[in-house]
Amino acid sequence: MKQLILTLAATLLMTTAQAEPTATGDLGLVIERAKGSVLLVDQSDRAALARIEGLGDLSHASLVYSPDERFAYVFGRDGGLTKVDIVTRQIVNRVVQAGNAIGGAISDDGKLVAVSNYEPGGVRVFDADTLEMVADIPTDSKTIGLVDAPGRRFVFTMWDTGETWIADFSNGDPAITKITDMGKNPYDALITANGRTYITGLFGEDGLTALDLWAETPEPIRVLPNYGRGQEEMPVYKMPHLEGWALTGREFVLPAVGHHEVLWIDSDTLTETGRTKTHGQPVFAMARPDGRQVWVNFAHPLNDTIQVIDSVTKEIIHEFKPGPAVLHMEFTPRGHEVWISVRDANKVMVYDTQTFEKLREIEADSPSGIFFTARAHRTGL
Amino acid sequence: MASLAHSQLGLRNASPTAGVGWAARTVLTTAVLVATSAFAADTLDPNALKRLVHQDCGSCHGLSLKGGLGPDLRSETLEHYDAEVLTGVILDGIPDTAMPPWRPLISEEEAEWIARYLLEPEAQ
Repeated sequence: MKQLILTLAATLLMTTAQAEPTATGDLGLVIERAKGSVLLVDQSDRAALARIEGLGDLSHASLVYSPDERFAYVFGRDGGLTKVDIVTRQIVNRVVQAGNAIGGAISDDGKLVAVSNYEPGGVRVFDADTLEMVADIPTDSKTIGLVDAPGRRFVFTMWDTGETWIADFSNGDPAITKITDMGKNPYDALITANGRTYITGLFGEDGLTALDLWAETPEPIRVLPNYGRGQEEMPVYKMPHLEGWALTGREFVLPAVGHHEVLWIDSDTLTETGRTKTHGQPVFAMARPDGRQVWVNFAHPLNDTIQVIDSVTKEIIHEFKPGPAVLHMEFTPRGHEVWISVRDANKVMVYDTQTFEKLREIEADSPSGIFFTARAHRTGL
Repeated sequence: MASLAHSQLGLRNASPTAGVGWAARTVLTTAVLVATSAFAADTLDPNALKRLVHQDCGSCHGLSLKGGLGPDLRSETLEHYDAEVLTGVILDGIPDTAMPPWRPLISEEEAEWIARYLLEPEAQ
């Protein structure tokens, strides 16, 4: 009898909880890479709310959000595309769409989800509602740097062939524009928040290559053509990420490949405006949303450290060691706090970005990427 | 206790930043090798090395080693290679590809251990 009453009480409590509408604007998901799960977190409460399991191999996983901030589309390394409902806290659909995937994007209207694949090389596009495949775009190459662009377009780049393709879905079937000669072995790319400039980092030659997506026929624009990756001097043990691009005022900040520095580039002229020496080879260089600070993490074996750069003086104003294997950082949408995943400490740590004080530690299992729902409203994220 | 892999890798903390001359690098490499030889093979830390393989080699080859930007490293894929060849690739990289030389970070004994581990994961 006592058991029954407890059960009834529990059921009533659950019912009450579920009757509350769930606002998702300050929620987020943390990838737990080893376990194949995601942790639902609340940014305002600085707390974990629930763990959602069964997403497959999540090493190097990322995700995008639906425009209503209810659904997350999680891209796993094993080719899995999983649709998670963060209101009901469960997986609502899952397909394994390729053998080996690297990332994804959602169209500006929220109707199409695209995934870039290493094996078989190319991009596959899915209906965001049903996850049925609506387009298969083989590229005969490992495909990287997939982003959404305004006008129901996706832009992506080929590691093996050095081409960038623009797939325009504005009229149903995709119209593909191919831009050759982007450079040797592009390893990642970014798009600016206004959707105008697409920049690929090159591993196989010096410099970077940009495209002006507002141009009638975009042509490759060489950026920092004399900036060597410096393989002879400094082997690269981890490719930097460009998706965490940073725009500070009128400059981009990019992690250099194979050098212990970040590069400052004028966003109008695409010329170098400065370099800041850093602790190690940068992996992410992320601007706080207001652009005033840039937070940088580093490749193995210096991946226990973060440096903070002032974007006005371009000088390092703070350095600290959150713990072993700092993999990712995510700012709150207005930048007052930053969440940092420290994989080998099995913790996500929350810091105040003004005082640099640690505000909270949240238990997580080998955490990597952190994604707040505010990304739903940003081009290229 | 600091693992072998980590204590060695920690030497990178002392590594100079970009722009340092060839000679200085040679000195650094020599220092690393001298430091390496201080550890006998029986002090290899299999757990630290497995972690290195899956977490760090894994950033290109995949956590489960089934490939990514770099090729598949599972034993069934590699079985036609000799351990010596793999050891050489690990230590010296492959020119004109993204495979870097790991010689500055690990010892020859560690590279040999990793090569054997890739070929026979169960035996190590």
